Amino acid sequence: MEEEFVDRILASYKGERNELVPILQEVQENLGYLPEKAMIDIARFLGVPGSHVYSVASFYAQFRTLPLGKTRVAVCRGTACHIRGAPLILHEIEDAIHLKEGETSGDLEYTLETVACIGCCALAPCIKVNMDVAGDMTPEKAKELFKGNGNSNGGNRGE
Amino acid sequence: MANNRCSVLVCQGTGCVSGGSEHIYNALKDELESSGHDEGISVKRTGCHGFCQQGPMIVVEPRGVFYTKVKTDDVPDIIKSVLPGGKSLDRLFYRDPVSEKAVTHYHDIPFYIKQERTILKYCGYIDPEEINDYTEIGGYAALRKAITWMTPEGVITEVKNSGIRGLGGAGFPAGRKWESCRNAPGDVKYVVCNADEGDPGAFQDRSVMEGNPHSVIEGMIIAAYAIGADKGFIYVRAEYPLAVNRLKTAIEQARQEGLLGDNILDSDFSFDMEIFQGAGAFVCGESTALVRSIEGKRGMPKAMPRPRTTEEGLWNKPTLLNNVKTFANIPLIITNGAGWFARRGTEKSKGTAVFSLTGKVVNCGLIEVPMGATLRKIIYDIGGGIPGGKSLKAVQTGGPSGGCLPAEMIDIPVDFDSLAEAGSIMGSGGLVVMDEGTCMVDVARYFLDFNRRESCGQCIPCRLGTRQMFEILDDITKGKGRPGDIDLLDRLSKSIKRSSICGLGKTAPNPVITTLRYFRDEYDAHIRDMRCPAGVCSMK
Ligand SMILES: Cc1cc2nc3c(=O)[nH]c(=O)nc-3n(C[C@H](O)[C@H](O)[C@H](O)COP(=O)(O)O)c2cc1C
Ligand code: SF4
Ligand code: SF4
Ligand code: FES
Repeated sequence: MEEEFVDRILASYKGERNELVPILQEVQENLGYLPEKAMIDIARFLGVPGSHVYSVASFYAQFRTLPLGKTRVAVCRGTACHIRGAPLILHEIEDAIHLKEGETSGDLEYTLETVACIGCCALAPCIKVNMDVAGDMTPEKAKELFKGNGNSNGGNRGE
Repeated sequence: MANNRCSVLVCQGTGCVSGGSEHIYNALKDELESSGHDEGISVKRTGCHGFCQQGPMIVVEPRGVFYTKVKTDDVPDIIKSVLPGGKSLDRLFYRDPVSEKAVTHYHDIPFYIKQERTILKYCGYIDPEEINDYTEIGGYAALRKAITWMTPEGVITEVKNSGIRGLGGAGFPAGRKWESCRNAPGDVKYVVCNADEGDPGAFQDRSVMEGNPHSVIEGMIIAAYAIGADKGFIYVRAEYPLAVNRLKTAIEQARQEGLLGDNILDSDFSFDMEIFQGAGAFVCGESTALVRSIEGKRGMPKAMPRPRTTEEGLWNKPTLLNNVKTFANIPLIITNGAGWFARRGTEKSKGTAVFSLTGKVVNCGLIEVPMGATLRKIIYDIGGGIPGGKSLKAVQTGGPSGGCLPAEMIDIPVDFDSLAEAGSIMGSGGLVVMDEGTCMVDVARYFLDFNRRESCGQCIPCRLGTRQMFEILDDITKGKGRPGDIDLLDRLSKSIKRSSICGLGKTAPNPVITTLRYFRDEYDAHIRDMRCPAGVCSMK
């Protein structure tokens, strides 16, 4: 199924080198991450070495080579959020869902990440849960939001 | 709008959307339709009003009645209020945080009165997804004027005379950049808009793209005409999906109207553009890294010596790179003339400055003031001062490349040169207010952590030096500071600045340099007395 996806995505490109970043973006958008096989297919399609694709993918913070949890929690670590208490929010969420920054739970329920700035600095501190932004966070609100969630079965993975 | 009795404008910027304004918009539309009262009343989406903190916001025109913190439950009452005989809703008015008095009209709120909104003027009034809204306020008239009545050289002269300097941070005179790009030899040239907005804590470029995307596009088309380019790119950061969608819609509409594509406005000038989404690397805001990123490579700055991007940029062709706000100013300069633009600002910094005003300040949001306005005016008159009766400690401008100025300096005028003189930079528009509860060593540590993560690693002093500075600062905030640390930070700062090839490394130590200059006693308290005066650092 993954392969089909990748082939279908590649079919809409011309095969020029400068399409690499947009292709990686589209593949990740559909699969949630960049499987090794997909990167090899992309390399073949563009006629570049696999290592080139991997080096570009690893350069940009956006790309990931491991699958993501169903619920993606991103805590903003931008300046506005930082000075209004983002580190406290991050700790609270780490405790609530039993994950550290950059980790995905073993059951693929949650991924916890930090991002440079969500762009809602006036509502700092902010977090993003999948596509939704939640602003004016407090440790209490964060606790409430993830109450009773999180896995207990360990085996978490980092990126 | 003409045959409407009234318009209900619902903000659909990222901030307000996070507060549920999309649902409010849909509920208003549905409810109006099903009630059969939709005659003469229109519900419109707009971009950001800049007062995010009070969102979701609604403005009812023509009277400019202003509602804040609206919820979906308020929709039935809002509809009643706009029907004949309806009364404005007291409970949704903005309340002055000091006097607690209700302010009913947009135009009377201190946050807005003290500003001079120029490129932000129509953000929040027009529907960013409707090209007609933009043309009704005079949009694309500048392009028409340029193509029909002006030579490319004439356009460049106008931009030069206006004195506008690039608003992406460095403040390079835009007219001179345009001229050198026009004069660079070659048939193929590119225009690129830098919308990478890497400063964490700033969102002014996002708001302009979301609120008035056509102004940026029009500026780019005029630039393309002036330098002789036929292809353009907008490099937008990956984290801004709404801005990307608005721009896509706007580009499509401009094509349909013959404002992009072949033979624009029936002239022999052709130009088209596309969007390139960044992929989350701060260094890609740097011109040569941005160029490489569009070419599909790792976004690393080119080594010195390197040709200028205006001469050898994208695919080694002459390339004009300007910031979002620089382009958004261009249609205004062409329509109103260089003299109009140069009237505002200081001797060497003309026009206005847009800031994301955030941190420990009562009114957070997006503001626009003439260059040269003082920090005091921005923080107290517009920002409403410091919340919770606390006192101001410092102001940070320029993000990870900038510095922290102490409260005593808030009477300096804000422009490119005076900020640089004080040890900070204008930057692209982040302005973070810090109060007595902010620890300056923690702030320095924070920025070095950012710069260390974002260093592309090509230059060893930048890669290892920022890491070493971060580790020293981290130790200090954990009560493990050593007596020689400050000297070491100072020496590292100098060598990183001297031997880095791009602006990231050259400016990475700035947050440490300024906090050392103005807040040395806080470092001493951490190192000598094992104490964090602001009570932020764990000290263990
Ligand atoms: C590390 C680094 C990051 C930068 N990030 C941005 C950015 O996000 N947006 C921007 O407009 N300029 C950024 N710049 C400045 C650009 O290199 C360039 O000067 C600017 O886009 C030119 O546009 P202007 O003349 O209109 O200011 C950055 C520079 C450096 C060194
Ligand atoms: S700044 Fe704009 S998007 Fe944010 S809340 Fe205000 S009006 Fe809405
Ligand atoms: S100064 Fe830093 S970010 Fe810039 S090129 Fe060198 S290593 Fe990369
Ligand atoms: S600093 Fe957190 S949204 Fe910008």
